[in-house]
Amino acid sequence: MTMLNFFCAAVLASCPLLFGTLGESLTEKSGNLNLGVEGMMFMGAVAGLGGSYYYEKSAENPVAIISVLIAIGCAFLCAALGALIYSVITITFRANQNVTGLALTIFGIGFGNFVGEAMSNAAGGYVVVSDLTKTAFNTPLFPALSTIPIVGKLFFSYNFMVYLSLVCAIVLAVFLKYTRVGLNLRSVGENPATADAAGINVERYKYLATVIGGGITGLGGLYIVMNSANGVGGVWVHNCISGYGWLSVALVIFAMWNPSRAVFCAFIVGALSVMRLYISLGIPDQIYNIFPYIATVIVLIFVSLRKKRENQPPASLGLAYFREER
Amino acid sequence: MEKTKKEPFVRIAKREDISMQKAWFIRIAAILVALSIGAVIILILKHNPFEVYADMIRGSLKTKTSRVETVKIMVPLLGCAIAIAPAFKMKFWNIGAEGQLLAGAIAATYFALFHYETMPRPVLLAVMFIAGAVAGGIAGLIPAIFRAKWGTNETLFTLMLNYILLGIEQYLQNGPWKDPKGTGFPIIAMFDANARLPKVFGVHIGWIIVLLLVAAMFVYLRYSKHGYEISVVGESERTARYAGMNVPMIIMRTMFVSGAIAGIIGYITVCGADYTLNEGTAGGVGFTAITVAWLAKLNPFTMIGISFFLAILSKGSNTIQTNFKIPASASGVLTGIILFSMLACEFFIGYRVIFRGHRKKGDVKNDNA
Repeated sequence: MTMLNFFCAAVLASCPLLFGTLGESLTEKSGNLNLGVEGMMFMGAVAGLGGSYYYEKSAENPVAIISVLIAIGCAFLCAALGALIYSVITITFRANQNVTGLALTIFGIGFGNFVGEAMSNAAGGYVVVSDLTKTAFNTPLFPALSTIPIVGKLFFSYNFMVYLSLVCAIVLAVFLKYTRVGLNLRSVGENPATADAAGINVERYKYLATVIGGGITGLGGLYIVMNSANGVGGVWVHNCISGYGWLSVALVIFAMWNPSRAVFCAFIVGALSVMRLYISLGIPDQIYNIFPYIATVIVLIFVSLRKKRENQPPASLGLAYFREER
Repeated sequence: MEKTKKEPFVRIAKREDISMQKAWFIRIAAILVALSIGAVIILILKHNPFEVYADMIRGSLKTKTSRVETVKIMVPLLGCAIAIAPAFKMKFWNIGAEGQLLAGAIAATYFALFHYETMPRPVLLAVMFIAGAVAGGIAGLIPAIFRAKWGTNETLFTLMLNYILLGIEQYLQNGPWKDPKGTGFPIIAMFDANARLPKVFGVHIGWIIVLLLVAAMFVYLRYSKHGYEISVVGESERTARYAGMNVPMIIMRTMFVSGAIAGIIGYITVCGADYTLNEGTAGGVGFTAITVAWLAKLNPFTMIGISFFLAILSKGSNTIQTNFKIPASASGVLTGIILFSMLACEFFIGYRVIFRGHRKKGDVKNDNA
């Protein structure tokens, strides 16, 4: 039974990481290394919470599903807006990607905490969504199926966000591997000059991949703020994202830019993050917390040593593309 | 339908040279644009933007205490920007200043906690300085070795090291180095007076060290053989190899220097500013410093101005939190907006935007060239 609970907790813990990893994978496939994931998660989190909160305040009889949809829409759009700023500056204005990504992180963290605090002040203490929305984010999507012994708990006891993240992963994996547009996108990330010569609109692909990818990472932020697995849910907590974005950037490497592998890698890291609550290993918590990062470094070294072609980062990752300078 | 020779609505052309005045005019305009966006946000919060901005400047510069605080924020920011400069000049994207700073801080703290009685103060401070520099240097060297030998991606490697070193710091703070006298939240004990840096004009001596580093880095990059090698590797590794330079050696040496400076900043932070080590010792400075270094175009003297500006924003935000009840996180928002517009404005310095029908004489010739 402990193992079962552990598995479920691991899945819940891995969900925001999976959103972050998927979004950033899509972005990096276009050759854009957006280091602003942490910032975009903050933006998504505060916008999603705010959207839901103000909807509930303004509607007479708030409906859970509308509140949830508004939260998802706001989170996605706000994080996508952050990614759009990044895109304009790096793609159109050709600024350095690392620096712009860090600027986005600084901005996003500031934005999240600033808006979060301003909303809390306006609300006179805390911004809390009602139990209605909280329940929607924290109860099983398939209540009937989840009562089946073991199997029900194992596969059907999660909230809808978990399934949404899995659907995202599958869609993204199929998109990148089996569709024409996905192939074009990958070629933009590998060699934009060649893609350009083949008639692919490099700028448009980079814009779309980065903005949509950013929006997906925002859903990870929304999950963190709405989920109550780590304590209170549906309330703004100062600095609530606290490193999930950076961990997602690490996970992209750990998963070697592969969305289906991202599911397993996010699960492993999620499991690591909750394991100490279930199994005692005798390792100090703080050392234990750096395992994902050490694992990422090892993967990074391993990837560069083996030079296996399909596991490499997109070849043009982090480089700006200027048509007239090719 | 005429399809031939349709002129695009907007197109861009590279500027060959732009006068200094014009470039600075564009940069100042960019800052003004950013400040006006900030003003709109302040208006939304129902405050007077001019009052708020004036209060920020007063709060960070008016009294001696506030000036000391502002300089204290500026010192690590400027120091880390200096640390990053040689690496970025080499196009080695070292985003690990945060971790390298922590490595230096941890090494210095070791001597402050366990050897403060065994050495006289100048010797102790010197030993801590060297320990900080070496530890930071090693933290910078590790990713450089892998990059030089196997081409491992340095951006991601240095990024990961930040969190690994932060975890080590947290372990030390919660475990072996925990203050036995402390109750409640685990902290590392305050340093003995022996292990604290002296003050000059009310601020710890670190500001002098950092200014010396500014001058040294300027000379190092501009006039030394190493500096020349760094620029060649940065422009093209192949060219450097053909010229007979030992590229792996240059990468590793430069990253050791870069990390060592960040380590020294860690030493300054724990011995001069905080007198202890905690999880906030680095506190994002390593990241912000990257934007400082980049906006200064890696010129150490320009970094002084930019880090001063960001320090005013940061200190000023604390003031407006008290006076206007505007959350202090406003500094992050404002800094972000300013960084965005500064990054974007470089484009207008490097390129000219031409609208349809606004052709200057001579453009045609230039375009065909």
